[in-house]
Amino acid sequence: MPLRIREHPIIDFSGRKEIHFYFNNEKLIGYSGDSIASALHASGVKKLSESLKGRPRGFFCGIGKCSSCLMTVNGIPNIRTCIAPLQEGIHVETQPRFIPWPKVEEDSWENGLKIEVDILVVGAGPAGLSASIEAAKQGATVLLVDENSRVGGQLIKQTHKFFGSKHEKAGTRGIEIADELGREVERYKNIKILLESTVFGVYEDPSYDGFTFGVMKRENYKSRLVKVYCRKVIVSVGAMENMLLFPGNDLPGVYGAGGVQTLMNVYGVKPGNKVLMVGAGNVGLIVSYQLLQAGIDVDRVVEAAPIIGGYHVHAAKLRRFGVPIYTSHSIKEVYGKEYVEGAVVVKLDKNWKPIKGSEEDVECDTVCLAVGLTPSTRLLEQLHVTMADIPEAGGRIAIHDEYLETTVRGVYVSGDSSGIEEASTAMIEGKIAGVSAALSLGYNRDADELRRDYIERLKQLRAGPFGEKPRKAKERIAEEWRRYHGL
Amino acid sequence: MGYEETGVLSLDDLRSIPSEKQLEKGVAIAECIQDIPCNPCVDACPVDAISMKDINSPPIIDYDRCTACGNCVAVCPGLAIFIVKTSVDKALITIPYEFLPIPKKNEIVDALDREGKTVGEGKVTRVIKRGTTWMITVEVDRSLAMIVRNIRCRV
Repeated sequence: MPLRIREHPIIDFSGRKEIHFYFNNEKLIGYSGDSIASALHASGVKKLSESLKGRPRGFFCGIGKCSSCLMTVNGIPNIRTCIAPLQEGIHVETQPRFIPWPKVEEDSWENGLKIEVDILVVGAGPAGLSASIEAAKQGATVLLVDENSRVGGQLIKQTHKFFGSKHEKAGTRGIEIADELGREVERYKNIKILLESTVFGVYEDPSYDGFTFGVMKRENYKSRLVKVYCRKVIVSVGAMENMLLFPGNDLPGVYGAGGVQTLMNVYGVKPGNKVLMVGAGNVGLIVSYQLLQAGIDVDRVVEAAPIIGGYHVHAAKLRRFGVPIYTSHSIKEVYGKEYVEGAVVVKLDKNWKPIKGSEEDVECDTVCLAVGLTPSTRLLEQLHVTMADIPEAGGRIAIHDEYLETTVRGVYVSGDSSGIEEASTAMIEGKIAGVSAALSLGYNRDADELRRDYIERLKQLRAGPFGEKPRKAKERIAEEWRRYHGL
Repeated sequence: MGYEETGVLSLDDLRSIPSEKQLEKGVAIAECIQDIPCNPCVDACPVDAISMKDINSPPIIDYDRCTACGNCVAVCPGLAIFIVKTSVDKALITIPYEFLPIPKKNEIVDALDREGKTVGEGKVTRVIKRGTTWMITVEVDRSLAMIVRNIRCRV
């Protein structure tokens, strides 16, 4: 069955131009807007790389955070093909286990670009975009860096309408919010945007009173170094999808639910034709519904907990289309030779232990894991901010104050990097971090007043029962903060 | 098993059910019963018929005030608001719809319940688009007024 989505009730995939490229010397066709990996997937290439033991690896996260899709492009190895834009005539190859040094001209710091700004914002998702806009409004100069070829972070795949209040654009689809925020950052002359770029390291430069970051800017799959001097930095780099342990979990066809959402809603490519969804939190429920919208069959949703974790309204949308949700059920194994050919689910007892004999075979070619996220913290670790293990926040977190400043002065966090939550609160956190960073540099148009208002709104959004987890997370972060400061 | 296990509401779960008279007039029914941080329906109502204690409370619809205009149906992110209007033997149900194909007026479709089971047939009487959301009104048997919450095109 063809894997391209031709018609979609929310997204218009029409008018895309054909792009020709080569995969291991075979000529294939993709479309403008594709990443290399999405074009390969649509052409039926499920195996993108191999593990060190030679096991096949396929598309998993789709946002450049896992390493399943590393391939050689035009002779340049280790390209994250899931975020590398597809270009006409390129040669894509699976790469050997040990990769020779690439045959490309080397770059150096000397001929690299240097940029000096007040505030560096890392990550252009809902938090980073909001942070940039707020800081710029107060008058600060901002450099916004993102790994992708467009801004928006994970908003660009969220075809559903947002919850929250009108301040966070409730009732508007995530994809539209991405466009609105994208247009807004472009309106500010004091915001510079660097796309397809990775902030990879922080350095000491005795001649500069601030932070010095190394940034890699990608162009035509080659990288160029950019040195960034800034006085404040806001880290809003999001999170990575969690893996679940079971036999066969690394087979191509086992995806992160977010990866599937990217594949179908950003690139218009179906992950497969029949899906088993693991996890009935909001992500699992929403992605299941969006799979149906893309014309893909969802066999069922299994959830290990005894109750559905996501909003009832999301579950109801799915149930109205006849998709069953099995609580107290989990995945036991996935089978298949080169890719997923089926899965076995099992019922769990009160103690979350599998009940023998309750195994059931599920016919599917796709397994989606919606089992939570882990904050991305590598840059924060490099900055030597104090971290703490906060399970309610999704793992290791940079402890911070209510203005989102970490233990290293001038380093701020926001969005999923400061604890796993959702996009509405990420936008407000971004605003608080942006306004605070600007204020600390003396830019103060109405910063004090705005910040009070944002903090209050954040509190309101977290006040209900579904806000209990982030509320607990932030309380624990505040405790760690007090302990660190000996209070 | 309750809705937390199944994802399916029973009528007992709903906070309030409109009276026969209110149903005849036509009202919005919010199948939104959890405390979630969301309030665009309150802002969308032109006659202030929807209230909320705070942003985390479920909406309460004043059925006498409600004019069944459908603004809240189009804006609800949970697609959880429906309009029901009954006559002697028929019920008109308006649902938010985000699937292809979009049915045409006068088309006969399957009428589905909250579990996606076909419980009867419906005749599409109105198809409109508000913003990016389609709103489909379907006429079903009066007895299905509080049962039908989805449709499936037969083509």
